[in-house]
Amino acid sequence: MPPATAVELTGITKRFPGVIANDDVHIRVAEGEIHAVVGENGAGKSTLMKILYGMLVPDEGQMTVGGEVVSFSSPGEAIDRGIGMVHQHFMLADNLTVMENVILGAEPLRRGAIDLDAARASLEKLGASYGLDIHPDDMVETLEVGERQRVEIIKVLYRGARILILDEPTAVLVPQEVEELFRNLRELKAQGHTIIFIDHKLTEVLAIADTITVLRAGRTVTTVDAGDVTAQELAELMIGGDLPSPSTTTHQIDDHVTLSLAGVTVTGDDQREALSDVDLAIHRGEILGVAGVEGNGQGELIEAILGLRQLAGGSLTFNGEDISEWPVRRRRESGIGYVPEDRHRRGLLLDAPLWENAMLGHQTVEPFAKGSLIDRAGARNATEAIVSRFDIRTPGIDTTARSLSGGNQQKLVIGREIAANPLLLIAAHPTRGIDVGAQAAVWEELRRVRTKGLSVLLISADLHELIGLADRLVVMLGGKVVAELDPADTTPRLLGSHMTGADVENGEPAQ
Amino acid sequence: MTGRRILMALAAPVSAFAFSVLISSAVLIAVGTNPIDAWAEMLSFGMRLETLVETSNRATPLYLAGIAVAIGFRMNLFNIGVEGQYTIAALLAASAGAAVSLPAPLHILFIIIVAMIVGSLFSGVAGYLKVTRGVHEVISTIMLNAIAWAMVGYLMRTWLADPNDTTLNLKTREIAESGRFPNLNGILQTFTRDIKGGRELGGFIIIAVIAGIVFHLYLTRTRSGYDLRITGLNPFAAEASGVDPKATVVRAMLLSGAVAGLIGLPEILGDDFKYDLSFTKGLGFAGIAVALIGRNHPAGIAVGALLFGWLDSAAPILDVRGDAPREIVSILQGVVVLSAVVAYEVASRARQTQEARDTAIATAAPTDTGSDKPEGEAGA
Repeated sequence: MPPATAVELTGITKRFPGVIANDDVHIRVAEGEIHAVVGENGAGKSTLMKILYGMLVPDEGQMTVGGEVVSFSSPGEAIDRGIGMVHQHFMLADNLTVMENVILGAEPLRRGAIDLDAARASLEKLGASYGLDIHPDDMVETLEVGERQRVEIIKVLYRGARILILDEPTAVLVPQEVEELFRNLRELKAQGHTIIFIDHKLTEVLAIADTITVLRAGRTVTTVDAGDVTAQELAELMIGGDLPSPSTTTHQIDDHVTLSLAGVTVTGDDQREALSDVDLAIHRGEILGVAGVEGNGQGELIEAILGLRQLAGGSLTFNGEDISEWPVRRRRESGIGYVPEDRHRRGLLLDAPLWENAMLGHQTVEPFAKGSLIDRAGARNATEAIVSRFDIRTPGIDTTARSLSGGNQQKLVIGREIAANPLLLIAAHPTRGIDVGAQAAVWEELRRVRTKGLSVLLISADLHELIGLADRLVVMLGGKVVAELDPADTTPRLLGSHMTGADVENGEPAQ
Repeated sequence: MTGRRILMALAAPVSAFAFSVLISSAVLIAVGTNPIDAWAEMLSFGMRLETLVETSNRATPLYLAGIAVAIGFRMNLFNIGVEGQYTIAALLAASAGAAVSLPAPLHILFIIIVAMIVGSLFSGVAGYLKVTRGVHEVISTIMLNAIAWAMVGYLMRTWLADPNDTTLNLKTREIAESGRFPNLNGILQTFTRDIKGGRELGGFIIIAVIAGIVFHLYLTRTRSGYDLRITGLNPFAAEASGVDPKATVVRAMLLSGAVAGLIGLPEILGDDFKYDLSFTKGLGFAGIAVALIGRNHPAGIAVGALLFGWLDSAAPILDVRGDAPREIVSILQGVVVLSAVVAYEVASRARQTQEARDTAIATAAPTDTGSDKPEGEAGA
């Protein structure tokens, strides 16, 4: 007998101005199962979950919870129906205790005062019955990430949720914490809870989910049993066809060194050493890939090269000159291009027109400037050229950067850097959060400029991208370069073990 | 497209003004006055040539104050210290002007330059403290205002007061004829009738207009202005693009202070020819309001300054006729500022949505719907 339906979404459509985020989506989640929703960035997963949790109202379609048709206009209504959401970015007050965080907004009252004893009792009962290890009186600021996530889950359970939505819960966790989370989720499932799990890490999805729904470009592709698919098949379902791969091409690398770092040491924002004694060299026409779990010094490496962060030791040599003491502007003028990891933060002026964005970082040189004046005509012509060369979809160059889609914004950033003919391009996560088509275009462009002699420092979290594009790979861990690999005989698995510092199987990697 | 853009640009200030009139009318009714009568009277009095001359004279320093504040605002610096900067600049420029004798144009130029240097040095202190010691400019400029007033009092009592003066009203020595800014009555009267009541159309409005034009050209046509503007739009992107954030802070404060130094000069050069205890106060603070109304844009600031100037000039009639206390004008000004800020925010959101829609339509690609949503909208 098939189990009862916990949640069913039928024909859900959600439009944002001019675009459709969810287009006739159908999902049926059975009671007591772990149901994964997978899809690429921008496939509409988060929009769908926000609809289910009452944060967005669908334009069309119907939702049923426990067989009853519902429509939520706020998360409060979803909570009343037993739906809870654990957000990717935790919503906890650091300076309150675990218990205070859990009861915040849903305090048990006795004669108008908060009944702390009752709160403690129900919290301990929750923890015991689900095997969730918590200490009600710990301050949240002292907790590890995994523990914070547990607090979030308890918060949701405390509010009586039977259906839990977890938005990319493993994104912030280390492997052991993922294990712990999965154990907790299985316990919740055993007690009859329904779990909807958003993720794009396919091995994890296959490890935990009973049923998997694949979204692509806002539409439901299919729903499958986790036992019936492989990671490869899932990936193909997600992207709709063969995996586009940044295929490796052989080509000759110059022995001219464009940039070299010698013993570079910098201090991070927390006053600890973020880069320790890093030696690196990038040759003309070479893409040097930097792999590593985020936060292992990659950001500081970029800032050190750009001049945004002072060196505490060591030196930088660019094209034969010691640039260690140069200000950012001089480095950029001498030919260092930069595609930032977060285009909104460091790459764009969202409320300025495209032509003013196209000159960002190049505002002191031709064709954007003439002496100490802005060359408006030159800047506008150059922008038109960038827009057409990189196929940026925009009604014109006076449109604000904000109104472009993410992929087009990224093409603008990459286009302006490449159009400036740099000697070195620092590309941090150049294809993050853009669609497959734009991704392929970016890869193509990077490969093309590399053959023309440009050096690229490619920092990425996408191991396939690194292996496929880079001529040489280095792995960063704890602010140090811990391995240098040849992408030709590297697997994501091998790369992964270097990144986490785990013992490398299969002998020593190629040096 | 352009027509709609202009319409949208105008909708905000017009609706803000209409809303303020509505609120002020309610206040007038509350104090027992027929608002229609009061407005009609203000309007007819306000359209007289003399009132318009007065409007221009009052708007001139307000405009300069608005520009001074706007230079800071354009890069997210809140220079509250315009008040102190213009006061100390006026005192020192008046004293310096009285101490020298030069041919007319040079004499005026000398006084203007002294005022700009003093204003910019004074605001430069706040810039210096911000980049070297991390002192927030709001704190430091408020403190510097207090220091400026104390310094003015001290300097007036000790060194700068006219020793030959026997009255209780301390004043600096008078600036010689050559250092006085000519009025524009001659030019105005060739187009209109004679101005009655000995009123003069202050010539300093020309300097104000030039300041506005230079401000605009600086921001839109120079590299330095671009750096300043983008630092305001996105300081992180600006820094990565090679802008030195510290130098830009100092430069913006120096420029803001230099313009602030001009604020007191219409009065010193055109009216009093000396600094005394009756010197106008509060223009720096009014400049903040004017900059807010004008959205930190030179044309908008002009509208704001003229509106405030006109309200100031036309309001006394209410008192004279016994219709309403003239303070109603202060209420009106306050409400204009508040509703302008709100209206601009609403309009800017509407424009963003509109533009996102236009862009999506113009670039619609049926294949990549899901990921093609504007990034400013709810993320996927």
